Amino acid sequence: MQGTSDETLIGRIASGDRLAMQVLFARHHVRVYRFVLRMVRDESVAEDLISEVFLDVWRQAGRFEGRSAVPTWLLAIARFKALTALRRKPDEELDEEAAEAIEDESDDPEIVLAKKDKGAAIRKCLGGLSVEHREIIDLVYYHEKSVEEVAEIVGIPENTVKTRMFYARKRLAELLKAAGIERGWP
Amino acid sequence: MNTLNQGAPESQEIEALLPWHAAGTLNRRDRERVERALASDSELARRFDLVREEQHETIHLNESLGAPSSRAMEKLFAAIEAEGGKAPARRSFDLVGRVSEFLSSLAPRTVAYAAGAAALTLFVQAAVLTAVVVKEQPGSGTIELSSFGNTSAVQAVIRFTPQTTASEITRFLNAHNAVVVDGPGRGGLFSIRFTGDLPKDEIVKLVQQMQSESRVVEFIATKE
Repeated sequence: MQGTSDETLIGRIASGDRLAMQVLFARHHVRVYRFVLRMVRDESVAEDLISEVFLDVWRQAGRFEGRSAVPTWLLAIARFKALTALRRKPDEELDEEAAEAIEDESDDPEIVLAKKDKGAAIRKCLGGLSVEHREIIDLVYYHEKSVEEVAEIVGIPENTVKTRMFYARKRLAELLKAAGIERGWP
Repeated sequence: MNTLNQGAPESQEIEALLPWHAAGTLNRRDRERVERALASDSELARRFDLVREEQHETIHLNESLGAPSSRAMEKLFAAIEAEGGKAPARRSFDLVGRVSEFLSSLAPRTVAYAAGAAALTLFVQAAVLTAVVVKEQPGSGTIELSSFGNTSAVQAVIRFTPQTTASEITRFLNAHNAVVVDGPGRGGLFSIRFTGDLPKDEIVKLVQQMQSESRVVEFIATKE
């Protein structure tokens, strides 16, 4: 079963095969969890959401037509769930998150230390990006999604995908500059 | 904000593709375009190094997030279990696809052995069929089997669908006043009997009812 393709697993899940469901979950849950966690920034919420994502897969497997790859389909469902959860969050929590992002730009002791480690500084600034920018950077760099796949997951035209990725990188460069790291771009 | 608009359109487009080139997700045509541009433009090559740095740290950041606890899986399968009889929306049954997938997973030598085993099975089946009496119940849609189970108390044999859990089987048997008296035997068959001293036509009715629950029952037959 471990060597079975995702598409075959979905076909078996559509027939009510729970073992196939376990294999698909084992194969993809960590990446889906990380994608969701980067969006909602709450481990407990992210765990609840991946349960919901795979429960949707269980329910909708029969309607999967294979137009997109299974991981792309999973991330599209996960993104929808994460955004819905973010909309449910009280404004107070969102304000706190915004404040955290602003703090990321200040030259606090953590950033001073981070300057000695450029990699750590980049990671900290990646955490300070908006949800929209975090998701596109993760989809392209970590989840290795093509322009077409990102367009499908996020639901925007391909040219907008390229433009959004450019501005996400530009914002990252601005945060790094604010933290005292000048990369000579843009 | 305006960097994307500076320079020639071709170079802007190439620069916009750098993140996907770093991830290896460009199609062949675009990949070759980017590679040609990188080979002839040192500034673009320097920017590509920045992209790779971002990519490296994004992967590092994501990998450091760890994995979810087992709670997520437990919650998922508890929810699936709670849905009980509600099977997922089904597609058409792709028998050819399943067979070809199974065969493609086997090594050529295994296929040869399997063919031999299949021939032997056909021979054995022919022999077994002479001993097994299979006859249709008039108007019932079920069949009687006389060769499975060696207990006189056995009234029917049943095979459950692979996805049925033990707790579902228990609930199903309780609901039909049936108990397992033997099994699983050959082909995953269980011998069952019904509580109470039921006449044969009652047993046939119960077996027909059970047969209609195709989500749980893959095969069922009364025993003479």
